[in-house]
Amino acid sequence: MTEVLAIGGSAGSLPVITGILDALPTGFNYAVIIVLHRLKNVFSEMDKVLVNYRTDLKIKEPEDKEPVRKHHIYLAPQNYHLLVEEEKTFSLDYSELVNHSRPSIDVTFDSLAQAYGPLVTCILLSGANRDGAAGLSKVIDRGGIGIVQDPETAEYTSMPLAAIQLNKKITIQTPEEIVNYIRTVNMRKK
Amino acid sequence: MAEPKNISAGELQEILHVIRVNYGYDFCNYSHASIKRRILHCMNKGNIGSTYDLKYHLTNDPLFFAWFLQSVTVNVTEMFRDPLFFKELRTNVLDKLAAYPLIKIWHAGCSTGEEAYSMAILLFEHGLLDRAKIYATDLNPANLEKARKGIMPLVNMKEHTQNYIQSGGRNDFSAYYTARYENAIMRKDFRESIVFSQHNLVTDQVFNEFQLICCRNVLIYFNKELQNQVLNLFYNSMAPLTYLALGTKESLLASEIRSKFITVSATNKIFRRKD
Repeated sequence: MTEVLAIGGSAGSLPVITGILDALPTGFNYAVIIVLHRLKNVFSEMDKVLVNYRTDLKIKEPEDKEPVRKHHIYLAPQNYHLLVEEEKTFSLDYSELVNHSRPSIDVTFDSLAQAYGPLVTCILLSGANRDGAAGLSKVIDRGGIGIVQDPETAEYTSMPLAAIQLNKKITIQTPEEIVNYIRTVNMRKK
Repeated sequence: MAEPKNISAGELQEILHVIRVNYGYDFCNYSHASIKRRILHCMNKGNIGSTYDLKYHLTNDPLFFAWFLQSVTVNVTEMFRDPLFFKELRTNVLDKLAAYPLIKIWHAGCSTGEEAYSMAILLFEHGLLDRAKIYATDLNPANLEKARKGIMPLVNMKEHTQNYIQSGGRNDFSAYYTARYENAIMRKDFRESIVFSQHNLVTDQVFNEFQLICCRNVLIYFNKELQNQVLNLFYNSMAPLTYLALGTKESLLASEIRSKFITVSATNKIFRRKD
């Protein structure tokens, strides 16, 4: 069972993320957490952009210490790192940039690995730096599922490539395969 | 070097206990996910391979602790961060503060002072600076020392200027500081309008009564219990009908004292104490 599906993306990842959100089954029974590299101190309506075509979905930027709920989609706020506590609540953090990024995908993936162990699935998409690679590797080491976008299909390859280099147990999938996978999360065994 | 990958809950308790007993800083009710991350970050930076070694250094080396305190706490800040918040202060709060003969403002957890200086600029532009006193406090003496000098890296001023303009500032921002080599030093009257002093939100008490308390992006490092305790401290430090400002992702909604406040701005997290 997956309790959290987390998606990390940077340059070139937006089409894949909207594809994933489109494929989410109506009654998905886990939390979705999206960490996207974004500009800070600039007004953003990314939450609306992401669910343009799904009127049944709402994306929320979590407030500090808000509980992580199933069937909710969260977007890491601009200019904060997003962490999850062991008691399954969000914590925000305004410390130094990690991999030139805040939010950093590594920070979120790392805390999910610690809080959820095998009950988390993380997907790392296209991007031009190496944020997310170390976090994804920790998720896998703690029994979670780590998927990376096939670099052949990524607009920017360095983020997926860094992750593949770091951990041999990573699953490499094209955007189509990722979407098919999303359709089956938590569906196999009941 | 063996890089520590994780700290167990038990190890964390032990480390925080050593700090509390030896130095009086109480991090026990800090949010675990981030304090653990900060401690690991310190261990990596200081080449410390195990929590045993960390406790050894903390117990036996006060100089090491000074360094540790500086790296474990988050000292990141900028002037006019979240410009829309400052814009809201300009349009909705400052005119209410103007009614008081002496305006007292508390920046709790001020780090290196950037927000306190932003406030001084705001008050100056609204003609309120000469009858305002800004108290800016932090638990970290090294931060306060920097803040008192009013010196900031010149490279940051470009971003600060952009924030200032977005906050509704119309003046020439560069008139507020003097550039010298790599640094910018804030104007003398701004420096003199702020009292920087040490105060620990966890262990220290009410020390004055204020018309505006700004505590932005500090509560995020605390657990719920400590957040409630600190919010009560703020409540008790406020006159009726005065203001409390939190960070954009912090909220009173889940706190014990929410019924004692009304929301002035839900997006900019400005609250007003009922009487």
